[in-house]
Order: sequence, then structure tokens, then C-alpha cells
Amino acid sequence: MITLLAKYAAKLTATGLCAPGDVLLAALDDELGWSQVVESSDPRRGLMEEIFAGMSISALLLARPAGVYQAVMAELARQALADGSRSITPGDCETRTFLHDLPVVDSLHAVVIIQALRQRKGCVILHEGEAFVAAFGSVSPEQAYVTFSSMCFASFVAYFADHLRTLRAGAMTDQRRAAFARSTALLQDDRSDRPDLLPGPFEDEDAAREAMIQAGRSTVEYGLVDSYFGNISYRLGDTILISQTGSSLDELGACIDPCRMDGSSCAGLTASSEYSAHKAVYEAELAQNGARAILHGHPRFSVILSLDCPRLDCPKLGECHRACDTARAVVDATCGMAVPIVPGEVGTGPFGLCNTLPQALTGTSGEKRGAIVYGHGLFTLGAVDFRDAFASLMDVEHFCRAEYFRRVGELGPR
Amino acid sequence: MIGQDFFGWTGKVLRVDLGTGAQDVLRLPEAVYRDYLGGKGLGGYLLRDFATLSPDDPALPLILAVGPLNATIAPTSGRCHLTTRSPLTGAVADSSAGGRLGTELARAGWDAVVIVGRAERPTGLEIDNDTVRLVDASALQGCDTHEVFARLRLRRPKGSIAATGPAADTGCLFASLIVDTHHAAGRCGLGRVAGLKNLKYLAVHGTGRRKVADLPTLKVAREDILRLTAASPALMGQHGFSCFGTGSIFDLMDSRRMMPTDNFARTRFPGAENLNAHAYKQRYQPRRHGCQGCHVLCKKIAADGRSLPEFETMSHFTALIGNTDLELVMQAGDLCGRLGLDTISAGSTLACYREISGEELSGARVLELLTGMGTGTGPGAELANGSAKYAAAQGRPELSMSVKGLELPAYDPRGAYGMALAYATSTRGGCHLRAYPISHEILRKPVATDRFSFSGKARIVKIAEDANACVDSLIACKFLFFAASLEEYARAFSAVTGVAATAHDLLLVGERVDYQERLMNARNGFAARHDDLPPRFFAEEGTSGPNLPIPPVPREDFLACRAAYYRIRGLTPDGLPTRETAERLGLPWPASLGGA
Ligand code: SF4
Ligand SMILES: [Zn+2]
Repeated sequence: MITLLAKYAAKLTATGLCAPGDVLLAALDDELGWSQVVESSDPRRGLMEEIFAGMSISALLLARPAGVYQAVMAELARQALADGSRSITPGDCETRTFLHDLPVVDSLHAVVIIQALRQRKGCVILHEGEAFVAAFGSVSPEQAYVTFSSMCFASFVAYFADHLRTLRAGAMTDQRRAAFARSTALLQDDRSDRPDLLPGPFEDEDAAREAMIQAGRSTVEYGLVDSYFGNISYRLGDTILISQTGSSLDELGACIDPCRMDGSSCAGLTASSEYSAHKAVYEAELAQNGARAILHGHPRFSVILSLDCPRLDCPKLGECHRACDTARAVVDATCGMAVPIVPGEVGTGPFGLCNTLPQALTGTSGEKRGAIVYGHGLFTLGAVDFRDAFASLMDVEHFCRAEYFRRVGELGPR
Repeated sequence: MIGQDFFGWTGKVLRVDLGTGAQDVLRLPEAVYRDYLGGKGLGGYLLRDFATLSPDDPALPLILAVGPLNATIAPTSGRCHLTTRSPLTGAVADSSAGGRLGTELARAGWDAVVIVGRAERPTGLEIDNDTVRLVDASALQGCDTHEVFARLRLRRPKGSIAATGPAADTGCLFASLIVDTHHAAGRCGLGRVAGLKNLKYLAVHGTGRRKVADLPTLKVAREDILRLTAASPALMGQHGFSCFGTGSIFDLMDSRRMMPTDNFARTRFPGAENLNAHAYKQRYQPRRHGCQGCHVLCKKIAADGRSLPEFETMSHFTALIGNTDLELVMQAGDLCGRLGLDTISAGSTLACYREISGEELSGARVLELLTGMGTGTGPGAELANGSAKYAAAQGRPELSMSVKGLELPAYDPRGAYGMALAYATSTRGGCHLRAYPISHEILRKPVATDRFSFSGKARIVKIAEDANACVDSLIACKFLFFAASLEEYARAFSAVTGVAATAHDLLLVGERVDYQERLMNARNGFAARHDDLPPRFFAEEGTSGPNLPIPPVPREDFLACRAAYYRIRGLTPDGLPTRETAERLGLPWPASLGGA
């Protein structure tokens, strides 16, 4: 258990979400274990022990987000306390599906935090102007890690999307503009180097698995997905190799399920919740361009741009994530790239992205083939391996980032 | 007392004495509803004063209870919970029954029905809203459940019917109650308790509506839950329950090498790949069916009208007894339904018989032995008391693959250590559903845990037992919790009842409900020595594969984990309840447990 605690604490620092030492994870089975040595004088220790005593949980995280995440979360928390909502409600798909909303409290006191955690998986704490996060798990510290990481992602997306929306509505204030400038200054540059991914086509399972593991790891290393969301697949004859549900893209190892396309085995019961969409894409591709690889990440600015829509009076407002019927796309006129944006929820429900994404994705052509699901993430295609799929993921994200700031600049003076 | 202005509950419990014909309406204090919710919790509350009565004592109640969510738009709230003391194990007996029983009972305006006494002749209990009648059912004596349903449906086309089959009448200790033809309150011999009361069937029809405090908020909670289930591969994915039924787990059990084979002597069954859910789908062209109020619809019904087997039945009637014939599984499942036999106990008892006798079982022989179990005559009759009593009588008690006398379902504990602990600590004996560790050990929800490790499992199992006890009290279907959690259901609960409650508050109710059962079991003599697995699992290896060793469960680790569980649960090192924990949970301390 201690190994797990140390592992997830290290992951958070490695991805830049927290500075080393600013994240503390603890797990309780029969006795309490910690991710690192904590002095009994460390105030976090007593606080976390009190929270454990007041709840029926097995793991708890207390962390102080770093860099731009600190800036945006603190800003959103301030707004939530000021407007009395005491919660942040980001519009991204992950939050809608798994977290619902992020409660905000204004003190680092156990009673207050417990009250919030009794209702939701995690909460934001604004303490002396700084944002902290508490999150718990009932089964494993991994849950707390995922919740924290999702909260950082959701806050980031919510903040930058909000800014653009406010600009469009003509409601920008100087105060907000200044905060935006501070946050933006903390943004790190995108990596421009490319990973050296294995060339395909892969004709046996071992080779395909190796390529998937490598591409998955790179997707996380290049910051193109938060925590472990995202998925990846490769078609090998009439079998689809796909990452398992809840698997970490950077630790795929044994977490790849072979699913026969004829459905003759249910061994894919643990396959990614987007298996249906992947399968539909391959089926359509078999008759068309024959793409064999799909990569799905949650690059932040692709998600943010998908939320930005100039139609402020659209009758579907509020239902965009599942009912948008306007043809939308991210278009890079300089290179002729057009990435469609479609609605769709996770999985297979009546509004599931399995009903929208396959058509959008297989309708693309050219070198960069990808589609964005509203508020969710980017899916890209690879012809025979992950080199082009990965390049598309990166390039689309880089373009979206530049495009975001172009739009901010364009709307700025208003 | 709950009055007119209450939401979610009606505040009315029906008590019927089959011996005297007396009917009473019990009105329980409001606090009982707050503390026990309904369903399993309310059932335990209504049972606890009678928990030590022998199952053949007419005063032992058989309780059907619904919860505040029944008959509302909360997803999967159509189920009903049945509670009594088990004639098979002597422990608490309960079972969640699907179909429409829960919905009808709630619509009829009852929170629970308590059935006591013994009728002189076979009797039906018919509930139509406020009208309650005892009906002579002598003509149905000896009929199989399908005949019972066919005849009753002529007269009662609407509503829900729960019926016993010949097994309940002839003394089978694992007799089930069959609900609306395709569903069962299967485990622990609940059907036998009905049989001992001469209760042949129960028919309920209600036309009322549950009063909901805040419908818009309930709709939001419903949306949140539906969205989560849509994101769940196990429930709504192409390989999941909705498409293939619970049998979709079959292939995973095969590939994880944890399919109980040859009475749990092995963990992999050659030929399993031809016996999977897909094979049934190809051969029997099933349609989707489910419990009232459910969108998953995990039941599958063949084109010829027979139920497709649930996962446990698929597995136990093939791997466990050495059968490779799909059609035999269909026939055996159908026969168990008609006779009113719990398929898990029946299959496992057959496997025990097979191992002890050394007899290979042909298809005809399987059906013959099942018929004996369910009719009390001919070959197989000696198996009607379950595998534990049969194996003991043969001088081989260690070959009954049961815990507390309840036969184990189709997840080999050598392949999932949380499951191993959960089998041992389950208050009703060998049951996978109390803590359902398969969710994280196999299906990776809410996140994956290491299935070959006991690390962290003591607390995980304890919390999951509490959560599921609450789910059975609310009522919702435990399958939904592969995707949703009490976080979302707490909102549904508050919206229905108007009672503010967090997930944590509900978890506390679950803890109380679980501990209430442990108090009852302790009074019936259960202690740590009963919280254990058959010795086979600690001594014999499973069927290991390349890079996948399946060693015996490490005994010391198991015992250490169980000891940790006892501490976390607030039990003594001997697994017994303590006065202190009982007090903390607001449970009365039974005099018979003495000072402890
Ligand atoms: S999931 Fe299956 S068992 Fe559960 S309520 Fe739905 S149909 Fe019934
Ligand atoms: Zn995604």
C-alpha cells in the first residue's frame, strides 16, 4: 500500500500538478500509512487523521496544486465563494460524468472538509488565498489521485473557456484580465520535439502491444491527456487490441484487451468504455481508408476550443454536449486541416459519442485525421501505426492553443 | 409515526398471520425509517426479535420489504428484499428479488409485509392495494412454478406474483421463491420458509403512486446515474450485461483462470470458450428483459420462452460438474426454476455429490438428481439438504464448497483475495454480493485492485458491505454500482424523501444494517470459526497458466486480513459483536449475548 501511495504522489509531481512535498497521500486499512515521512508536527497530518476519523474511506489526498493549476483553481474558488455558489461547475465531459461539480470550502478545518467530502469525491479549499485540494478513495489511493488530477484538468479547461466566453459576452473586467495575464504567464511551452514511435504495420500481437504501450506512454509524457483518461487501440485482422477501462495510458502493460470484432467473446468486458466507438470506426475504415490505429487523448486547448462557440443565442444552449447539430470544426486554413467537433457523452447511451464520433472521424481525409468530442477530447487516426496518430494529436493541440490566443487577442479589446 | 405528509414511505407495514388469518397494520416510529430505510434494513429490523426461532416455528416471520426509492424514477428501483432465518444455514437469510414485486408492493402502499403463522392448507396471499386476502391454493399443490404462474395469470393478469415450487413443499433446504416467472429470490432457502408456512404464492397489485418530495432534483440524480451507466463497459458496453446478461462475465472468469471447475478442484475448464454468453446468444436468439424500472435489462429470455441462465448457473452447470452441453444448462436452469431450486446451491451440491461418489454425471442423470432434490423422492432426494449436510453425512465435510453452509458462487477465491475474505465475512454465508469485490478485482471499478493481494482488502470489504447493505435498503440494484455510487443515490434518496442525506450518512445506515445481522448471527452461535473457507482453497493450487500462477490462498495472510477486518468492523478477535459498537450504531444489545 505504501508503494502505491508513493507511486501516485510521485506521478502528481512528475506531471507538474504539484511541487514535490506539496502532496500528501495516506491510506487506511487497519492502520494508517503515508506516502512520505510526515512529522507529527506537520499540521497536515493531524488534519488528515481527523478526516479519516470522520469518514468511512480508505485513502485520502491533500495537495496544493502548482503553477498555472494553482492560479486557475484559486481564481475559480474565489469566484465560487464570492457569488455564493460554493461550487465550481466546469462544462467538460469528465466532470459532468464522474465528478458532477467541485465543491469549494473556505477553511482548512476538518469539519468543513468532511462536510464537503461526504457529498463529493473531492473539494477545493481556499486557504489564505491559496487553493488546496482534498480527495478520497473508498478502494484505493488511485481514486484520490484520479480525482485530484481530473479536478486540475477541469479547472484549467473551465477557466480558459470561461475567459473566452466572457470576452464573447463583452463582460470582461480589468480585474479578470489581470488574473488571466498572470495565469497565462505560468503556462509552459508545448514540447515541439517528436517521440520516436515504432513504425508499422504490426502483424503480430506482441509488436502491436509494444507500439501501443509506447504511444500511450508518450501521450502522457507530452501532456496530451490528464491522469489516465484517454484510450488507444490497434486493429489486427479481425481483432481489436484496446486499452482497458480505467487503465493508465502510461502503464498499459497487461492492460490491453483483445476483442474479436465478431463479438464471439465477452473478454472485452473490461475494455475501454469507448470500445463501441473504436469498433465502429474500424468497421467503416475497412471499407474506406483502412486506418488501423486510434489514439484518444484529452489535450487541454482542443477541449477548450470545442467549448467556444460564437452562437450565443443558440436554442440548444446548455445541451451542446449532447445535442449540438451545428456543423463545427477547428480549421487551419494554412495547411487545409479541418478537425470536426461533434457532441457525444462517454460510452453507449442514446447520446453516446459512439453515435457521433465514428462518422466524423471516418469522414476526414488527408494526413491529419482527427475529430474532437465536445468538452471531452481528441481522437486521431493512424494509417498503419501511431506515428501519424500521435503527430495529429500534437499538431491539432498546438494549433488549438495558438488559435485560442488568437481568438482572445481578436476579442480582447471589447 | 409517518403520516400523510411523508414522501417515499407510506409508514404502513402489513402483518398477516396465515394460521389465524389475522391482519394488522403496523405503524413504526419515524426513526425506524431513518435508521433502516427499508428493504434489507427494515427486514432485519422486523426480524431481529424473532431471529433465533427455528425456521419451522410458525412464529418466524418471512418479510418482504421495499425502500423509499421503489416505484420512483430512480434507476433500478423495482426490486424487493426478502428476509428471514435460513433453514439451510441457521444464519440470517435474505435475498433481493427482481421482476416487479417491489414496484407493485410500493404502489399498493406497503413498506413491508410480515408473514407469520402456518396455514392449514396451501394458501395464496393476494394484496390489491389495501385489500388483503388469503386464498385457498390447494389446487396448486405439487404444481411447478410455471403452472402456478400460468393458472394465476388467468385470474390476475396484472401485478406481480411470487411463487414456490415443489421443492419448497417437499422440504428442500435451498428452495427458492420464483418471481414473475423469470426472476428468483434464490438463496438461503427462503422458499422453504414459505413452504413451512404453507404459503404457495403471493400476488401483489398496486395502483397508487409513491409521493416524491422534489421531482426535478430526482430527475437530475437520475440523469447523473444514467450517464454513469452509459460510461460503464460492464453494464452498457458491447460485451456487457445489457447485451449479454450476467453471463458476459463468463469469458473473463475463463481468461483469469478463476472458473470453479470440478467442485473447485481446478480453476479452468477446457472448452469454456464454447459455452460463453455469445454461444447462448447465437443458439437461443434471446430478447432483452429486466426488472421493473431498469434500463440495463440484464435478463435474457430465449425465443422459446425459457430464461437464459445467469452467469452462476452457466458456470456451475458446466465447469463445476464437468458438462459441456449448452442445452443441458438450459434444461437444468429451467428445471430449477420450475421446481423452485436455487441454482447455485443445486449445482454446487451436484458437484459435491459427483466428487464424493466418483460418478460422472450424464445429462439425464443431472436432471434426475435435480428432480430428486426438488420433489424429495427418488435419486437426488438425499441432496435436498444441501452440500454441507450431504458431505458431512458421507464423512467428507471438507468437500462441501460452502461457507456457513451456503454454497459458493462461481468466482474461485484463489483468483481474487478480496472475494476470499468477503465469502468468509458475509453474514449469509457463501455469497459474492455482500461486498462484491469482483467490481474492483476483475471489472476495474471504481479502480482496479491487485486481485492476488490482501493489502487494503479488509477495509475495502467492510466499506463495500456497508454500501451494498444500504443499496438493498434503498432499494437499487447492486449491478448499478459498477458505475454509480452512493454519491449519486444519496441525491436520489433526498429528492424522494425530502430527508437531507449524504453518501456518508447512507453508508452509516448500511453499517448499522450489517451489524444488526451480525448480532442475530451471534445469537445463533456463529463466530470466527464460521467465517472461513473450505480447506481446499488453502491447500490446493488452482489451474495455473503461463505467467499466471494460481497458488493456494495464503492461510496466514487470510487470517491476518480477517483479523484486521474484525477490528475495522468493531468485532472481537473471535468475530463477535461488541456492546460498544452496537451502542455506537444505535442497536439494542441482545440479552442473550451477555456482558461482552
Ligand atoms: S440490472 Fe438486471 S437485475 Fe439489476 S435491476 Fe436491471 S434487469 Fe434487474
Ligand atoms: Zn476520453
